[in-house]
Amino acid sequence: MRDTIKRLKQKYHYSVILLKQLVVTDFKLRYQGSALGYIWSLLRPLFLFVILYLVFDKIFNAGASIPHYPVYLLLGIVLWNYFGEVTNGGVTAIVAKGDLLRKLNFPKYVIVLTGSFSAFINLLINFIVVAIFMVINGVSLEWSALLLPLPLIELFVFSIGIAFMLGALFVKFRDINYIWEIIMQAAFYATPILYSLSFVIEKSEWAAKLLMLNPVAQIIQDARYVLISHQTITYESLYGSGWYRLIPLAIVIIFTVLAATYFRSKSADFAEEI
Amino acid sequence: MIHNNEVTVSVQNVSKNFKLPHEKNNSIKTIVTGLLKNKEKSFEVQHALKNISFDIKKGEFFGIVGRNGSGKSTLLKILAGIYQPTTGSVKTAGKVVPFIELGVGFNPELTGRENIFLNGALLGFTKKEMTDMYDDIVEFAEIERFMDQKLKNYSSGMQVRLAFAVATRAKAGVLIVDEVLAVGDSDFQKKCFTYFKGIKRSDTTVVFVTHDMNAVREYCDRAVLIEKNEIQKIGDPEEISVAYSKLFSDSSSNKQSEAGKDRWGNKSAEFTEVEVISPVVRADQKDLTIKTRAHVNRDLSGAVVGYNVKNESGTILMGNNSTLLHQKIHELNVGQDVEIEWTIPNIFNAGRYFIDVSFTHENGVDVCDWWKDASSFVVDKEPGNPYSINPEVKMTYKKVG
Repeated sequence: MRDTIKRLKQKYHYSVILLKQLVVTDFKLRYQGSALGYIWSLLRPLFLFVILYLVFDKIFNAGASIPHYPVYLLLGIVLWNYFGEVTNGGVTAIVAKGDLLRKLNFPKYVIVLTGSFSAFINLLINFIVVAIFMVINGVSLEWSALLLPLPLIELFVFSIGIAFMLGALFVKFRDINYIWEIIMQAAFYATPILYSLSFVIEKSEWAAKLLMLNPVAQIIQDARYVLISHQTITYESLYGSGWYRLIPLAIVIIFTVLAATYFRSKSADFAEEI
Repeated sequence: MIHNNEVTVSVQNVSKNFKLPHEKNNSIKTIVTGLLKNKEKSFEVQHALKNISFDIKKGEFFGIVGRNGSGKSTLLKILAGIYQPTTGSVKTAGKVVPFIELGVGFNPELTGRENIFLNGALLGFTKKEMTDMYDDIVEFAEIERFMDQKLKNYSSGMQVRLAFAVATRAKAGVLIVDEVLAVGDSDFQKKCFTYFKGIKRSDTTVVFVTHDMNAVREYCDRAVLIEKNEIQKIGDPEEISVAYSKLFSDSSSNKQSEAGKDRWGNKSAEFTEVEVISPVVRADQKDLTIKTRAHVNRDLSGAVVGYNVKNESGTILMGNNSTLLHQKIHELNVGQDVEIEWTIPNIFNAGRYFIDVSFTHENGVDVCDWWKDASSFVVDKEPGNPYSINPEVKMTYKKVG
């Protein structure tokens, strides 16, 4: 056992060094030259939240039936932004590092991991804002909040899977970024971020069930359930607790394994094809 | 230093083909339309390397030489693991670190200090290891004062020095070096030479790519010559450098070889012939003659003709012109032809040399025809030392007191 750990340590020694340094560099460069610097990590989601809140709560009254709608909305936005940041960044990640790839042989997956770790740190910073709003909004924290890491880990893994797939595909097919942009636009509205799932159920329960097959929707709803309100409609409350409650999780695992395998099989040729 | 017969790099039957598509096939549209048209695959296969095999021993300083386009850069990238061979295999013992491109991953927006740590991580050093050797690196690069400045404010010389300083720390089993000996000013070059001399004495295996045959003779234990994507010769660096030089004399026998690009002037007079008799200079030849012929296109007064001899790295070794030689060229009239010959003592070492010729008038102010690399010659002899010029030198030695 100890030998296995030692071997793994040796094998990934270089990757870990590289990953740490690249994440640090990424953070240093992120707000390079801006006056407010890291504060923008907090301000960006905050302003988006303010705009959406004014439009959807005050004008369209979308949050009427949802307890703690502001926090509910903010958490959804923060998680969606993370997903968007990792996947959008993942599309171009490999090609953007083409210069380096043509000059040095190093494990390519480190590039994709750098993007997701860097975004994940950003996500954790954003949770500070979420926490503040929870206090302001009088959300009473339940023991279930301890389960929050589970949906976060699921989101982390799923985002990486998509980033692996898109990044490897983009090397050959340079249309992927436009296609992904459109998918993300559509998916934003097909995911219950702004609106309550109960609206959809009123119209058609089938549509609601279909929407919840999307792992990101399931993750966002689960995060809201454990952190904000147990009234949140989750995948389980919609589908019951049969074996099929594992479908989104299965999608995440199978897709990520396939994506990583695809990425691995293509990575040796990246330097030539970029 | 070679200790034993342990092989560090083993290249077995390596071939590399590149598929060069006729039109770039990387958008969905071209693929869809391509499928609909059902046309034949439109790419050419370029054979960048054909059946390359060699072994490099531990501690060996191994040279790779070849002309541009011969495939040596592809070979280097395969050795570094950046490209995969189409067939065959490369086995290396120990970590391969490419010195190929200095400052890989340097970011202009980061400070010198931050770039050192970034570059170090790419070479596989932990933050702690880098902190320990940080002072040495800065001292080697001689840019203490600028470490907290952003890299974009560095001069190119400073950037190269910084990159070189980090790269010298690389603990590699195999170090791949591509033409980096000539960086920085002469003081810094001295440091680099000292470093490479040190490397040569160490256990590190070095794969060294260059066009400079003097460097091949000075550093390499063995070398390989790649020509037309195949190994033409492998072995003793002396023989390789002569073989390399001969490649050029073969192709320059049609006199004007690869010249023509670097030629300018107002054509009031132009060279019609520039030739070295004979283009392969033997050791027993006392001197060699540069023979030129020029045609005069308008009446000229005060014409001056001159030449330079350069070595492979483009350094001018010697030169002269009619004024310096106190030869007055009288009035020239339109339609005339002139013949100029220079006879130079054969003081050159083995290698290839290039000749520039110039035809000016109004005492050098007005350029009629300036022709860089108008011709070349190869000296074929046993080199007595690694330098370009090797005239007979007398030395006396006695003990005093």
